[in-house]
Amino acid sequence: MPDSSLPPFDADASLLQRIDTLNRRYGHVIDEDKLEEWPKFFTEDGRYMVTTRQNHEANMPVGLILCENRAMIEDRILALRSANLFEPHSYRHLIDPPVVTGLDGIEYSLQTSFACFRTVQSSAPEIFCTGKYLDRIIDDGSILRFKERIVVCDSERIDTLIVIPL
Amino acid sequence: MAPLDFKPNDFSEVPYSVYSDEQIYAQEQKQLFQGDAWHFLAMEIELPNAGDYKTMPVGDTPVIVVRDKNGNINAMVNRCAHRGNLVCIEDHGNLDCLTCVYHNWTYDLQGNLATIAFEKGIQGNGGMAEDFDKSCHSLQRLRVETYCGLAFGTFSDDVPSLTDYFGPEMCGNIQRLLGRDMELLGRFQHGLDGNWKLYMENVRDTYHATLLHSFMTTFRLNRLSMKGAVEVSEGGLHHLTYSIRAQDNDQGQYDAKEIRAQKDDYALKAPELLESWPEFECDTTLAIQSLFPNFSIQQLSNVITLRLIVPKGPNKSELTWWVLGAVEDTPEQRAMRIRQSNLVGPGGYIAMEDGAVVGWVRRGVTGAEDKKSILAMGGRDVERISESRCNELAVRGFWQGWHGLMES
Ligand code: FES
Ligand SMILES: [Fe+2]
Repeated sequence: MPDSSLPPFDADASLLQRIDTLNRRYGHVIDEDKLEEWPKFFTEDGRYMVTTRQNHEANMPVGLILCENRAMIEDRILALRSANLFEPHSYRHLIDPPVVTGLDGIEYSLQTSFACFRTVQSSAPEIFCTGKYLDRIIDDGSILRFKERIVVCDSERIDTLIVIPL
Repeated sequence: MAPLDFKPNDFSEVPYSVYSDEQIYAQEQKQLFQGDAWHFLAMEIELPNAGDYKTMPVGDTPVIVVRDKNGNINAMVNRCAHRGNLVCIEDHGNLDCLTCVYHNWTYDLQGNLATIAFEKGIQGNGGMAEDFDKSCHSLQRLRVETYCGLAFGTFSDDVPSLTDYFGPEMCGNIQRLLGRDMELLGRFQHGLDGNWKLYMENVRDTYHATLLHSFMTTFRLNRLSMKGAVEVSEGGLHHLTYSIRAQDNDQGQYDAKEIRAQKDDYALKAPELLESWPEFECDTTLAIQSLFPNFSIQQLSNVITLRLIVPKGPNKSELTWWVLGAVEDTPEQRAMRIRQSNLVGPGGYIAMEDGAVVGWVRRGVTGAEDKKSILAMGGRDVERISESRCNELAVRGFWQGWHGLMES
């Protein structure tokens, strides 16, 4: 689906800042390999999906990664730590300030651009992925959590594999 | 040992130069990709309407696959007969006719040259040479045949018809999995850091499954005690390996609540990931099939996928996955397939290692062009069938098929 929900809503500066902080912390725990913290950014029924622009626009339900709740999100990290084999690598996220696309009580819809660089062991960093986060965030008054984060990669093509979340 | 020197009936040693040699690569393009083999082009459901097209490579050759107004699928080289420009620039779309943007020559959906801009010149001046015959300048066409919703193409006039090329055993499995209305649930691509044959060897390598993919053993997805076999078609070209749910303990083996991890501290927090239903009467729970040279069909529990690995020079390749469901699926079954699809693709729990190992082998064999790999697990020749999957016979079969076509 094209994002016809734009143009963006006006949201007050303090809300934008809280969301921005959430995104920065999200990028931080991934880039600093504190991956056990990552599932905590989601509500218990939180949904996490990594897909591509082509699949997203064609409404394809399968993702590169598709977690339907926080337990599945935790399993991704469990498998990454204990089962899957891959060459050591790290990410560096650059995350734009968010654009609010909907406000509905305590649920906010957002779209945020990001770029993610990947460094595999001692090789030079490379652009691994650029794309956008399509988020639904729940605000319980003190804590913001993702009810849904769909990561839409701009390219259909992933280099080799994806195991660390975006 | 020169790359093509195999001992008679012995494909248990493969010179590493086959992966990196430029001459071998060029010969493969001619003998395999433009030679006597069928190449996967598209699922028919990707091109539902007249005029729907997609572009894709067959080997190194850019190809247009298009459904014409009679409902037939055609394939032609994406190269204008005038001066070689790409006729279709977008990777998919819908068109009435094919127009080359460079000088506006147009082709019909069968690839026939229809019109030439300023064919008669302008006000009587210029125009195409008198002797130019439009009917001799179509887009170069591939022979196309479809089977179970899959369209294949070949540049060869000699290769037998598609189902004869596959043979009845291979057709049986294709029919079992895809002989019904299917739905595309997703399509993903990843670039691999090595030669395409390293990936096809992996597809046919039944030996590595429980060793490389720890996710499977940790969660006992594929126990070695399961019944099954590896089958190789005549001449080695294609292969099929399958596992059948053990009769004794079938109840609950895939029941999510029964899944126990080998390590007590490592259990899935969301075992519903592996929830499945017995989709096939034969109780096949795993089937991996390769169709020579570079195509594969796979069933893993209820995840049904197609894979195509396209060479991008000797040391790079590109893998595309099609993840499929059946139109007849209930909403619950569809949801199970979608969840299980976390097992496959570039981020798949039991697939990501296969992509990585292609790059690791490429790096490992750099500078070892005079050395050979060993494929002696289960013998040295290519038997047609083995019940043990601790066997490299299907990989030996790949080299038998490869060798046969390269020498033909
Ligand atoms: S190259 Fe196509 S019309 Fe000239
Ligand atoms: Fe594998």
